[in-house]
Amino acid sequence: MSGGVDSSVTAALLKEAGYDVVGITLQLYDHGAAVARKGACCAGSDIHDARTVAERIGIPHYVLDYESRFRESVVDDFADSYLRGETPIPCVRCNQTVKFRDLAATARDLGAEALATGHYVRRVVGPDGPELHRAADPAKDQSYFLFATTPEQLGFLRFPLGGMDKDATRAEARRLGLAVQDKPDSQDICFVPNGNYAEVVRRLRPGAVDPGEIVHLDGSVLGRHDGIIGYTIGQRRGLGIGGRRRAGGGGPEGEADTDPLYVVRLEPETRRVVVGPREALAAATVLASEVNWLGGGDGIPAEGGRVLVKLRSTQPPAAATVWPAGGGRAAIVLDEPQYGVSAGQAAVLYAPQGSRVLGGGWIRGIESSAPGLAPARAGRA
Amino acid sequence: MSGSTYLDHNATSPIRPAALEAMTEAARAVGNPSSVHAAGRAARGRLEAARRQVAALLDRPAEQVVFTSGGTEADALAVRGCGRSRLLVSAIEHDAVLAAAEGAERIAVDAEGRLDLADLERRLAASEEPALVSVMWVNNETGVIQPVAEAIRLAHAAGALVHVDAVQGAGKLDPAVLGGADLIALSAHKLGGPMGSGALLVRPEVALRAVAVGGGQERGRRSGTENLPGIAGFGAAAAAVLADGRRELERARSLRDRLEAAVPGIAPEARVFGAGAERIATTCLGLPGVPAETQVMALDLAGVAVSAGSACSSGKVKRSHVLAAMLGDDPLAGQAIRVSLGWTTTEADIDRFLATWRSMRDRLSLAVRHDPPPSLKESR
Repeated sequence: MSGGVDSSVTAALLKEAGYDVVGITLQLYDHGAAVARKGACCAGSDIHDARTVAERIGIPHYVLDYESRFRESVVDDFADSYLRGETPIPCVRCNQTVKFRDLAATARDLGAEALATGHYVRRVVGPDGPELHRAADPAKDQSYFLFATTPEQLGFLRFPLGGMDKDATRAEARRLGLAVQDKPDSQDICFVPNGNYAEVVRRLRPGAVDPGEIVHLDGSVLGRHDGIIGYTIGQRRGLGIGGRRRAGGGGPEGEADTDPLYVVRLEPETRRVVVGPREALAAATVLASEVNWLGGGDGIPAEGGRVLVKLRSTQPPAAATVWPAGGGRAAIVLDEPQYGVSAGQAAVLYAPQGSRVLGGGWIRGIESSAPGLAPARAGRA
Repeated sequence: MSGSTYLDHNATSPIRPAALEAMTEAARAVGNPSSVHAAGRAARGRLEAARRQVAALLDRPAEQVVFTSGGTEADALAVRGCGRSRLLVSAIEHDAVLAAAEGAERIAVDAEGRLDLADLERRLAASEEPALVSVMWVNNETGVIQPVAEAIRLAHAAGALVHVDAVQGAGKLDPAVLGGADLIALSAHKLGGPMGSGALLVRPEVALRAVAVGGGQERGRRSGTENLPGIAGFGAAAAAVLADGRRELERARSLRDRLEAAVPGIAPEARVFGAGAERIATTCLGLPGVPAETQVMALDLAGVAVSAGSACSSGKVKRSHVLAAMLGDDPLAGQAIRVSLGWTTTEADIDRFLATWRSMRDRLSLAVRHDPPPSLKESR
């Protein structure tokens, strides 16, 4: 129970349905330190909200101190990933480790038969066991952040809100008299409440953030930056270097005579931000590691499987073929090139029809042209 | 579950009937103890009667008693008001002392959780600057009785003042050992009085500087209209504890001994902390491989109330600094619960605890076997 409306309604609905419900709130980080206000309580108001809801619906409620686990499993990885020039998704790591591994273990220790969360995703029991499916409300679907849920974890999990939309959830909160009904949805990464990721990374890894050059793909130095952590692949604005004059000179009156430049690569070793034209962002093949397969059978089909893939949480899915690449890796060959694919994000696989989540992996690299032997080349990556 | 078993007296002890009665009576009566009229004089009379009752608990003159809002305020007033800036505190003090004495030197404890007197002596000798030594009478987590008489002797020999946080020991131990203490903190609700009521005992030689100033109540040592219902309840609880005498304390200790005698038969891997030291009726019980918060939750869900570490206002269970001071970085420090007995504890409570603890241990040890943590491997 995060103290938000979703997990509050989840707990209340289960209680109403007659289950023996125990509410648990995880203390993941020092809220007072995160908002950098001296004297602010470590817990923030969310724990208070969760406790109030638990009391209202009449269930026992406990707060678990997961600060050190969260730091080890999520925050450290977040900082290191940024320093590697990636754009990490700590929410996936958190679900994968702190919630579905550690909290689930505690729930089992307490004799619980299931761990329910307020995630918008559906668990459907199919012929071969539980399957993960997109939420009924596409605007709320959180399946992208849950691709790493293992089949074993899925067996123990329940997502009662997966079939509801947000309005229905808020209506339930009102009906159940929960004081959190009008709480706004959380937008940012929880331990970065002001959205300034670069500042958090600098605080976590003092001295590890070095300035460097902004370099064009053709080798020319266009400017300087104060740390690659301030940049993401595909970024166009805020580079401070403007565009670049088109080959062949200016165009007709009134038309800009420069091509926009995008961040196409981040090089932590040389501390360089590499920029180039949009074409340089094209990814034809995506290489993914730590793949979690939820599509049944013995894993990714050896003959390749047709999928829809999401390479960013906000992007519509794209048609592709996935191949096993050995060592828990996969090569995802896209039907059409995709732009702005960033290492550290997730490649989440969906069935070509229907709503089933087939799994996914962490993006480790891209190839800009479709390879003839995708699996073999991916294996070298 | 049928009813519940309350074994968390060191957190708060159920209110004694005499205390409740005195509180109700005081709350019904009108009158501010500072007023000159008859109602004010009557209120003053109740205040001073309670002061004598509380002073009697420690065999001290009544005028040494400064009523406060509880143990925490008493500790803060002692540490911040005593006029000493060099502070030596035991590593196992309550947060009330540790937070008030920010930057204090920490005196080590031994593996049983007893103050290391040699370490105190060394530290006292290391500087000429007059110090305040703060040592608790009884540790709240382990129940271990501290060598306060020796600590007072050493400190006084070095010209230091001594503050004793007596919150867990008052009413349970012979107050003669505190004879020389300059400042002593008490809390009403640990001995069956109400919450929000406590006292600091101050020897006349100590020039205490008030923290709360204003109307000059409590002889200028703590301003603010007295919490008369709380103070009356405190006095009545103190009198009830004295009337119960040693027999009641022996009863609680023998219940604890019965509990501890049953532990090895249920869980040979379990460990009682401070077992080699003199303790009040408290058992600090480590179960290797099972996080303390899991134990507390599992027992609570089965209707048995115990605690672990000291609870933060957020409700989360903090890692115990007391067990850390005793055990270093042994993970067992995060795998111990506190079972604290008191005046309402019965044989049936102990039976219920043991049965519940046994079934929890048998269930969780299965989980432990799947994934044995390092501490468990070592202990086998």
